[in-house]
Amino acid sequence: MTAIENRVPAAQASDTRNQTGETMTQPLTGERESQSTGGSDAVVVRDVGKIFTTKKGATVTALENIDLTVAAGEFVSLIGPSGCGKSTLMRLIADLDTPTSGTLTVFGKTAKQARLDQEYGIAFQQAGLLPWRTVRANIELPLELHGFSKAARTARSRELLLLVGLGDFADNYPDQLSGGMQQRVAIARSLAESPNLLLMDEPFGALDEMTREHMQAELAHICAETQAAVVFVTHSIPEAVFLADRVVVMSPRPGRIQAVVDVKLGAGERTDDLREDDQFFASVSEVREHLHGTHATGVRGVENR
Amino acid sequence: MTQGQTPTTQLMAVLPGDDPTTASRARPSSGGTGNLRRVILGALGVVGIAVFWELYKFLGPEKGWAIGTTIILPRTNDMSMPHVWTMFERLFQPLTGAANSKMMWEAVVDASAFSLYVAAVGWIIGVSVGFLLAVLMQRFRTAQSAVLPWVILSQTVPLIAIAPLVRRWGSQIEFGSFVWENWMSVALIASYLAFFPVSIGALQGLNSPETAHVELFRSYGVGWWKTLIRLRIPASIPYLIPALKLAAANAVIGTIVAEVSIGLKGGIGRTVIEFAGAAGGDPGKPWAPIFGAIAIGLIAAGIVSVFALFLRRFMRQETNS
Ligand SMILES: Nc1ncnc2c1ncn2[C@@H]1O[C@H](COP(=O)(O)OP(=O)(O)O)[C@@H](O)[C@H]1O
Ligand SMILES: [Mg+2]
Repeated sequence: MTAIENRVPAAQASDTRNQTGETMTQPLTGERESQSTGGSDAVVVRDVGKIFTTKKGATVTALENIDLTVAAGEFVSLIGPSGCGKSTLMRLIADLDTPTSGTLTVFGKTAKQARLDQEYGIAFQQAGLLPWRTVRANIELPLELHGFSKAARTARSRELLLLVGLGDFADNYPDQLSGGMQQRVAIARSLAESPNLLLMDEPFGALDEMTREHMQAELAHICAETQAAVVFVTHSIPEAVFLADRVVVMSPRPGRIQAVVDVKLGAGERTDDLREDDQFFASVSEVREHLHGTHATGVRGVENR
Repeated sequence: MTQGQTPTTQLMAVLPGDDPTTASRARPSSGGTGNLRRVILGALGVVGIAVFWELYKFLGPEKGWAIGTTIILPRTNDMSMPHVWTMFERLFQPLTGAANSKMMWEAVVDASAFSLYVAAVGWIIGVSVGFLLAVLMQRFRTAQSAVLPWVILSQTVPLIAIAPLVRRWGSQIEFGSFVWENWMSVALIASYLAFFPVSIGALQGLNSPETAHVELFRSYGVGWWKTLIRLRIPASIPYLIPALKLAAANAVIGTIVAEVSIGLKGGIGRTVIEFAGAAGGDPGKPWAPIFGAIAIGLIAAGIVSVFALFLRRFMRQETNS
């Protein structure tokens, strides 16, 4: 398949939109009211496709017709079964890979320019700390690379250590920390330059359930404090719902946006109490229905807990 | 993983003690008692060899044992196998019968120091060249395909063949007051042996960071140079340290062999040959410079180990508990 064939005319795309339009669901494209591609939106993805060509010449359509707008300060979760292109979409936003078709802007700039301007902070499933650096030095890494003064670095890392609750571990090395603590360091590092956009690819995926819920509450707190927009990839439905303003449900082969669910959990900070909230359960059910809609056989690779 | 892993991995597999994963599992904190144990075991090994030597000398046949002309068991007389204490005693006797003669140990120390110096110069040149080659190969894939085969081929050329060539070329070099001296040829040959493990080990180390780390640096929008300094070089240290030790051993061997084949005076290699001829009435004498050569090897390895102590934090691994 060529890139051209994958581009669906706008009219056709809006047809698909109407078919799935449901009461609680946003339009399929994930559009908010603002259609502008101006600087007020954190991420604007327009009709993006990504086709991988393997070494043997085979092609894999990882993403097709992706339209998504993430407003400034908005928390968007991406959820879907394994291989539906969540990571790929995030990597395109981060300019770690380039789309085969379509356009993508971050704060009104090209993805590459946004990366060079340090518009985003990023965290992956593996903490990815440098083992020869202390916790503090790991958090200061981006600041050091971008030429911040020693004083500025120290002040910022102290702030962040307190924010993620690792004040006492500043001088420890990563191999002396638990997985959850390592992940907190990675999150602190992604916040080092106070980015307006956070990209997180299953950052809690390797953690046990207890640590995970704790980290979710902490992340909710951090986001309330920093006011950054977040694109958060996960395969846990409760996690997606608990954290996000909107949950983007994706389906595989080819990776597309299946539905966008608005989570209405009130304006305040998300706390653990909300996990018992009726609205929380309603949103969880809704996301689950959309996920199961993709396959009659049920969805593998997505946790229902 | 990164490009070029296949040939280097195979090569590194033949280098001893090169596995950074096992090396780093020994935590720095446990180093104290572990080092003491190693020293004791090492000393026991030396004592064991001496005991074995004396035991064989005591039990073995005086005239040796041969089938036809093939000697199976060496002779044990005092000429062929002097007592261990004879060897040591000889160190503390004058070198020659002359009245103002140096002590044997002084002569050995002087010769060893000279050879160690030449080996150190060779080591530094070899390590620098090897490391720069590795950086070049990491940076440009084409450089890797162009250079790596030659790096490997270079080690198949016998030392005996290149030594006279290096000497002849060197003797034609003359800028102003600079004159190429024989010891420089020896250092050059030592560096020729030393650069090889460094270039291979460093290349593997520079290519060792995981994709996740490389992409993190890309997300920071920093270029190749900063990634090299902050990520690739620190990550290469666990691979580099065993390579530096091998390079030290190679530099010492290269120096001693090249001294002999170039005919450089003053070093331990030449002394070994000279004293071996004098074995006739003085069985302890040939052993003195051999002890010197062993000492050079130990000192060279020791210096690298001390250097490695300062790099201990780079031996840590990112563990996921
Ligand atoms: N570098 C790549 N080369 C080839 N195929 C890839 C590559 N990266 C991802 N893919 C394919 O693209 C699809 C989406 O992958 P990914 O974005 O990692 O999914 P997810 O994160 O949702 O599990 C998968 O089918 C995967 O095999
Ligand atoms: Mg993924």
